[in-house]
Amino acid sequence: MVESKKVFTLHGASCASCVHKIETVLNQVPGVKQARVNLAEKTASVWGRVDTGACVLAIEQAGYGAELTTVSDRELREQQREADQKHYRDLLWRAGLALALGLPLMAWGLITGEMSVHAPVQQVAWGLVGLATLAVLIYCGGHFFTGAWKAFRHHNASMDTLIALGTGTAWLFSMLVVVAPQLLPEMARHVYFEASAMIIGLINLGQALEVRARGRTSAAVEKLLQLQDVSARVLHNGEEVDVPVDEVQLGDRLRVRPGEKIPVDGTVLEGSSLVDESMLTGEPVPVQKAQGDFLSAGTLNKNGTLLFTAEKVGSETRLAQIIEMVKNAQNSRVPIARLADRISAVFVPVVMVIAVLAALVWFNWGPEPKVAHMLVVATSVLIIACPCALGLATPMSVMVGVGKGAEHGVLVRNGKALQQASKLTTLVVDKTGTLTEGTPKVTDLETEGDKDELLRLLASLEQASEHPLAEAIVDAAQERGIRLSTVQHFEAIIAHGVRGEVDGHKLLLGNRKLMLRENVDVDHWQAAVEALAGKGRTAMYAAIDGKAAGLIAVADPLRSDARSAIQRLKSLGLEIQMLTGDNRATAEAVATQLGIDWVHAELLPEDKENIIADLQAKGGHVGMAGDGINDAPALARAEVGFAIGAGTDVAIETADVTLMRSSLHGVADAIELSRATLRNIKQNLFGAFIYNILGIPIAAGLLYPITGNLLSPVIAGAAMALSSVTVVSNANRLRLFNPSEINA
Amino acid sequence: MNLLINLLGLALIVGIVWWFWLSKRAAPAAVAPAASVIMVKDGVYEPERIQVPAHEETTLHFLREDPSPCAEYVVFADLDVNAQLAVGEETEVKLPAMEAGEYPFTCQMQMYRGTLVVA
Repeated sequence: MVESKKVFTLHGASCASCVHKIETVLNQVPGVKQARVNLAEKTASVWGRVDTGACVLAIEQAGYGAELTTVSDRELREQQREADQKHYRDLLWRAGLALALGLPLMAWGLITGEMSVHAPVQQVAWGLVGLATLAVLIYCGGHFFTGAWKAFRHHNASMDTLIALGTGTAWLFSMLVVVAPQLLPEMARHVYFEASAMIIGLINLGQALEVRARGRTSAAVEKLLQLQDVSARVLHNGEEVDVPVDEVQLGDRLRVRPGEKIPVDGTVLEGSSLVDESMLTGEPVPVQKAQGDFLSAGTLNKNGTLLFTAEKVGSETRLAQIIEMVKNAQNSRVPIARLADRISAVFVPVVMVIAVLAALVWFNWGPEPKVAHMLVVATSVLIIACPCALGLATPMSVMVGVGKGAEHGVLVRNGKALQQASKLTTLVVDKTGTLTEGTPKVTDLETEGDKDELLRLLASLEQASEHPLAEAIVDAAQERGIRLSTVQHFEAIIAHGVRGEVDGHKLLLGNRKLMLRENVDVDHWQAAVEALAGKGRTAMYAAIDGKAAGLIAVADPLRSDARSAIQRLKSLGLEIQMLTGDNRATAEAVATQLGIDWVHAELLPEDKENIIADLQAKGGHVGMAGDGINDAPALARAEVGFAIGAGTDVAIETADVTLMRSSLHGVADAIELSRATLRNIKQNLFGAFIYNILGIPIAAGLLYPITGNLLSPVIAGAAMALSSVTVVSNANRLRLFNPSEINA
Repeated sequence: MNLLINLLGLALIVGIVWWFWLSKRAAPAAVAPAASVIMVKDGVYEPERIQVPAHEETTLHFLREDPSPCAEYVVFADLDVNAQLAVGEETEVKLPAMEAGEYPFTCQMQMYRGTLVVA
């Protein structure tokens, strides 16, 4: 067991004597070095080699409750930021110290050229410099050496191994020159203390810059965490009390005033206000909220006061789920990184072998001073090789890309979905709820008799139906204030329509097939029905007591931005295909209005999945956009399932990509973002591979026959430090990504 | 002298291959129980091989001492699980029930490497 600090949340501790009692029992637990209770925060902090269970048991036996405190995401983020700041300053300080020694030494060498040991005085002088360099290596670069040693003991090798070997070899060789110059040929009595110090300085500097740049890659999650309010105003016995948001319970009634954030998820009880949900959905226009409407934690109340009931708190809120999903996706692997992962795993030992081989080649076939050349080549190869650039290439881009998606209301499940979205060739779109609003409305009612009476009869009949079109007819009657009668002998006839008796009249409502089956002559209305179908409306014949009485048409209004979104998706090179259970005429009409070329109509729910499978069998990379609930099998079958569910819980659970905004533009945003991210990853991987592929041979002396010079280990150190910073900075360029939305 | 240096160089190469590949495969590090606190420090997880029971949910305990961002996350790529590790405090990471086998866990850059031995 290792020494650590553990923090426990206490229950039941309320006075100074409790503090004493708990501290006493904790101090008696084996391994506890120190225990301290904070009564205000109701926490106990324990230092030492302690078992969590033993501490909890001791506190419980003293008559209190305790549990190990889990650090919240926000606290973790703040803690990491503080740690980053401290680490950054620390690295800068170490870099400064090392460069303060290395730069003058390098300048001395460049100006005087006196970096060799030929006389006792020089031995003493360089010996002192050597000891100063050793101090720099230990103080400024000690972490590289301990890291390398620990990795070595575990049969692993890391970047620390390369730096420790490179700088250590240069220092040891230089000390050999100082202590026993006679062992080496005269031309090889050159010291490289400046290289050791400069490399340590430059790599610390590079790491400091990398820490800075990496901090920016998690900006999106930080923004989401900032949305979470820390306190909430709860109504207790008619009084408003500010409590920490963690203490809000389900069912609590909360009040939010204009300009305040919604602290937890809930439903409005009283009041009405505009609420800005752009931070979660990417939708810029505030939404009007009134009694019965759902509020999401983190959204901003604009102009009214709202009283609402808490329905989801803590990790259950939509905001918490989004943060969790974004964090998971940011750390997931992308298939494209597999090659880099495989290379990273063997990279360092391979570089070590290359360094030894290069040194031997120079020793056997190189010009004099062979020993000095050996050392320069081996050190430069070890130092220039950068496994970090390879390791950072993908995760950094995914971090920024996934975070950027969240800013635009696009939640990507994992790196695999992100990569597949960039390769899609076909997008299959479910009509209802995706291209349309998903709430059908009565658009036409034609009869030669009383329209209201026909609507009353049909709505009374449809009361018993669960079909979405029936709901539209009932709603239309209620909007007109029509009182409905009771329906008897109701029957739903699959794929035909419905029948029943209302106020003694036998009613039929359905398609032409139903009317033919029941021998009702509807020729008089046929032209009107066909004309309505041509406009994309679903028209049904109505018959009363065996005679045609008129028709009623229902349509699901198209989303206002559906056409522009389809155009945008087509301009991204995607083939758009529409799926619907509607009849072909209605479906064709909708497709024509939206500019969709491929239509699959009159489908049963299970057909949708088969169509996607067929398209995939033909070699297409198929994505599917649906509402995330009714289309679950088809969404799962597609390479990427886009759920346009305005962030319903089910959609967040199941889809590859969840669009918080109810617009097909979100799919285009997601595809553009995935392409930009993959492009960025490829740039990073290409850069990291090319850097190493070119850098290592150059460091090994490949250009010596042309230039007559070997690459200085100091230049190798600078290149290595810059390579990681470049990869992280390139990933940060993704933060400038903006979707190319075409306004309708 | 020439021969000696060449032999030394070749021995070094053989040593590298043996230490980082052959001996590692032949004798993997000892396996520690799931209750162990896994130290995250100096580029290694210690202990690096953790035994957990198959078909049972498990909780691992990480104690991160390395403040550098490299050590910030531990990623179980095969399990689709990752966790942000607090600096200087124990962080519990809950894992789902797994089939028997070996599952690697790494930092984001795969410099820190460990293995879950599920049996």
